[in-house]
Order: sequence, then structure tokens, then C-alpha cells
Amino acid sequence: MTSQAEMVPTGGRVASSDRMRRLLRDRPLIPLTALLTVLVVLMELVRPGVVSPDWVGVTIRAAIPLAILAACQTLAMLTGGIDLSVGMVASMAAFIMATQTGDQGPAIAIGLAIIAALIAGVANGIGVGVFKVHPLIMTLGIGLVILGLMNVYQLVVVQAGTEIPAVIEWLGSGTTLPFLPNNLLVFIPLAVLIIAGLRYSGFGRLLFAVGDNPVAARLAGVRVWQVLLALYILSALLAAIAGILVAGLVKTASLALVEQSVLPSVAAAVIGGTSIMGGRGGYSGTIIGALILTVLTSLLIAMQMPEAVRQILFGAIIVAVAAVYTRIVDLS
Amino acid sequence: MSAAVDAGTAGRSDLLAQVRHWSQRNSWTLALLGLFAGILLFTYVIQPSYGAAQLQGLAIGALPLAMATVAQAIVVISGGIDLSVGSMMALTSVTAALLMKDQPEAFAIPVVFGVLALGLILGIVNGMLVVITRVPDIVVTLAMSFVWAGAALVVLRTPGGGSADWLTDLVTGSIGSEWVPRALVTLLVIVGVIWIPLRRSTAGLALYAIGSDRLAAFRSGVPVGRTKVFAYMLGGLFSAFGGLALTATTGIGTPVPGAYTLLGVAAIVLGGVSLAGGRGGIAGPIVAVLVLALVRTDLTLLGVNSNLSTVIQGAILIGVVMFGSLLTMRRART
Repeated sequence: MTSQAEMVPTGGRVASSDRMRRLLRDRPLIPLTALLTVLVVLMELVRPGVVSPDWVGVTIRAAIPLAILAACQTLAMLTGGIDLSVGMVASMAAFIMATQTGDQGPAIAIGLAIIAALIAGVANGIGVGVFKVHPLIMTLGIGLVILGLMNVYQLVVVQAGTEIPAVIEWLGSGTTLPFLPNNLLVFIPLAVLIIAGLRYSGFGRLLFAVGDNPVAARLAGVRVWQVLLALYILSALLAAIAGILVAGLVKTASLALVEQSVLPSVAAAVIGGTSIMGGRGGYSGTIIGALILTVLTSLLIAMQMPEAVRQILFGAIIVAVAAVYTRIVDLS
Repeated sequence: MSAAVDAGTAGRSDLLAQVRHWSQRNSWTLALLGLFAGILLFTYVIQPSYGAAQLQGLAIGALPLAMATVAQAIVVISGGIDLSVGSMMALTSVTAALLMKDQPEAFAIPVVFGVLALGLILGIVNGMLVVITRVPDIVVTLAMSFVWAGAALVVLRTPGGGSADWLTDLVTGSIGSEWVPRALVTLLVIVGVIWIPLRRSTAGLALYAIGSDRLAAFRSGVPVGRTKVFAYMLGGLFSAFGGLALTATTGIGTPVPGAYTLLGVAAIVLGGVSLAGGRGGIAGPIVAVLVLALVRTDLTLLGVNSNLSTVIQGAILIGVVMFGSLLTMRRART
């Protein structure tokens, strides 16, 4: 975005490697898609015949909740923040929905889940925006508070049992078309809204502005705290949607439902090319990043790597991708 | 941060001004100490039998987190953040526990030094990756936390191993008076021997310099890359101390990282270290760890549901940090 002006060639001939690099820098989707393709090809080589329309459907279905959580990280990272409470907020939303469905019916249960998530988002937003607490600390602290509150809540509703509404199960784990998962019905509008919103809406531009230079943004008349408040509320809402979809996918709900996806969600945004320092990035790269991580996980499982080796490779690959990416973007 | 200025003015001013200056510079740590004393008094009021033995237990329980906090504080002061502290602790802890199991006592001495060397190496790898790849610290160390945790699982699949008796003795019981927990003394000696000389050295100044303003430090001739690796190396070393503390206090090694990374971040913020780097010390975070541990004890003594006590701890964390930033904002305005 901001690099458009520098991009104009200063005249003369540009070395082809340089041109290549610029292409990669301006179109990060190209190398990312190439990497994704390589992983899919590897998958096919490791398990010949595994790559089929059905496999694609299953992979997309598994990647979507991660991609939505990574949207929270992408938006937060654009402003130079991070939202580590998404795992707890998502698990909380899923858990509230599952425990209230029996008594209140699905619609009210989902509504209650969303309201609880919005409260968490308001708390995060006030802490980060108004009190200027570091987002890492604020969202971490709110995560702790939610965990404790939900543990208490769990004791209260222990006899209610959990029940996932049929419509959520259909959305989360069903497939309508031959192979495409139903959660695309939720994801595609969300993704279009986020990508278009970042590019064309005022709020999207404000996110970039606040992350790029908060002082300049404030001097230009941006009410930074309002932007941050809106951002963290939006992030909590997205997290709740992701949590509800996960509950529909695994057909159960617990307080540890989504927690293990928090760090991968940060990784997906980083691999997708969003800078954790703020001001640079976008959501389309993040979606590919989530797909890459999902395929990578199933590739490592297909190669029968033990859990330990899988973790090591996972970490090493994230560093490697991020390093290559940083090289491409920074040099020139 | 302003060591050179202090040395100059302190020589001229009288003792009183010096004390006042010192306490102003350490006001946050002193306030935390006051808070700790207050909570300790409160503890004694609600539980009159709270005494030396309980204090020893408090120090033992707080030791691993204190080490993790020191590791995190050094890295954050240098302008980075190390999200792999917990994983490094798990890796060093299981390595120590595996090597010490069923071995003669004397064999544990080279093991301890070997594990500390391992910690140094882990830290150097983290630091080199941050410097060479130029990927933000938070991303590199987040990814490395997977790597080190995976390595811990390779070393030891399930909790097990053992600890040498002398190592356990080093952190249990008391020294001199029964009111002086040995774990606390061990902590203060280790941190003091490493940190105090360092803080007064050029390398220590360089740590603060690159954390406070990287570019200015570079232009002043500070070797930024090398100092950064040095900071992560110290982070790895203290994580290894933390891992040894885990093995010593529990008697086994557990390959699953605890919440030490994030609790450590919380404790340094509570202890007055700025996450932006270049500001704060080691004493504040250590006192903050003790405060957090004592609050947890009190909540248990008061019979608060352990889940609610998680809520209260989170709220305290947020509240203190909000209060701190309010103070900063007010100071900035006037």
C-alpha cells in the first residue's frame, strides 16, 4: 500500500532478479500460492491418490476456523497489536452456545454467546484503546479472566449438558455440494467483507493508518481509541463465529476447544505477509497462510511423523517462511 | 538507562539526596515491596499460623517463575520478547531430569553445567535467528517455542527422570534463620552474581541502549546484532536455571511447557519493565513474582474458589498495568 510510490522505477533498466523480487513483494499471493501448491504436490507424493475433491473439501473445512481466527490477528496486527484472547473468546462462545441450547433454544443461545464475546471485545478495546495497555498483556489478561469465569460457569451449568444446534452442526461439518463444506457459506461473505473493507472502507484505512504511524494518525484527527475499540470488538465477534463453527465441526464444546489454535492463527497471519509491527498486510495472504498451515499439518501426519517431530518441523517451517518473506519484502 | 548521569551527580550530592534519588529511580520496585509487605501482613492476619515453613513453600513455588521472569526481563529490556522461555524451560528440565536419574550424586554436577550450556546454546540460536532473518522477535520466538517444546518431547515422552538430592536441597529448607528460605537465597545469589556485574558493564549498558533506541545505539557504535544475541543468550541461560529449578523442586522433568512464558511477561510488566524496551530492572519483576505467588496463597487461604482466583489474578494483572499506564499518561500530560 504505502510502497506504491517507491515502486515507480527510477529509470534505466531493472535487473530481472530485481523485477522478480518486486513482483514477489507486490504480489505476495504468488509465492504463497506456489508454496501451497508444492505442499499439495508433496502430499500427493507421500500418499499417492490422497489428493481428491473430497480431500480438498476436508482441508478447506478444517482451515476455515483457523482462517477466521487469523483474521482477528491480521486486523489486530495491522494496528500494531495482537489478540491472544481469541482462543478463550471462541471457546467461551462455543461453550455458552452448547450449554444454553437445551434451555433457551438455538437462536437465543447463539445470541447469548455473541453478546458474551462482544463484552470481552469491549473490555479488550477499552484496555488497549483508552488505557493504552499493551495489547499482548491486555488480551492475555482478559483471556485469563474469561477462563476463570467460564470455569465457574461450568460448575453452574454442569447438569445442563451440552448440545450443539443442528443448524450449527450442518454449517460446521456438513457438505452440500459434492465436496465443498458448508462453512464456506459463512466464510466467503466474511472474507469478502474483510478484504473489501480493508481496501475500500474508511475503517479499513484507519486500521492501516493507526498501525503505520499512531502519532501521525492522531495528529491527522483520527480518534485512535475509537478505532482500537471497534477493532477489538470486531475481533471478538470473529472469534465467536470461529468458535461456534469449530463446535459444529467437532460436535462438542469444551473450554479448551480452540485454545491450541491461537499460536497457529498468529503464524497464519505472519506467513500471509501481515507485519506484526503494523501498517502492512492484508487478509487474502492470511487465508492462504491458514491453508498452508492446515495442509502442512496433514502432510506431517501423513508422513507419520511423531507429534514431537511434527512440532519441531512446524516451528522451523514458520521461521523459514517468515525469513524468506522478510528478505523479499525488505531488500530492494 | 541513566547510569552514567547518576554516577556523576551521586559523587557530589550528600547521602540524603543520594538515597532520595535512588528511591525515586526505584520507586516502582519500592512500591511493589510495600505491596508485598502489606499482603504479607494481611496473610498473617487471616492465617495467624502463617510462618517460616509457609514462607519457604512460597519461595520454592515461585522459584521457576522467577527465573523465567528474569529471562524475559533481560530480553525485553533489550527491545525483544522471548515467547519460547516456557519451552526452553521444559527442554532443559527434561534433559536434566533424564541425565540425573539413577546416577551418582557427583555426576549431577557436570549435568547441571551441561544443562546451563544447553540453555546458552538455545538462547544463541534464538538470538541468531532473530538477527539473521530480521523477522520480528515475537514471530521467531513463537515458532521456536514449537521447536523447543517438540525437542523436549523427543528427550522425554512422559514426565519422569529424577533429580540429585543436593540439587533439591539447594532450593528447599532455609539457610541461617528459618525465616530465610534457601530458594530465595539461591535465586538472589544466581541473579546477583550474573546481573549486578553485567548491569555495570559496557555490555549491560548496550542491552539498555539497543532496547531504548536501536538506531541511536547503532550510531553510537554499539554492536546491535551481537548485543541482541547476547540478550537472548542470557534469556536462554536463565530459562535453563528455570528448567533446573523445575526439576529440583518437583524431582522430575515434564516435557509439556507450563504457562511460564506468558506469566513471565505479565510479571515483568507488573515489575515495571516497559514492553517497548530499554526501561526497568530485574529487582522489580522478581518482587512482582513474589507478590503474584502470595496473592495466590491468600486466595487459597481465604477459601476462594480456585477458578475465581484465576479471575482475580487476571483482574489484578490488568488493573495494575492500567494504573501504571494511567500514571505514565498523567506524567506525560503535565
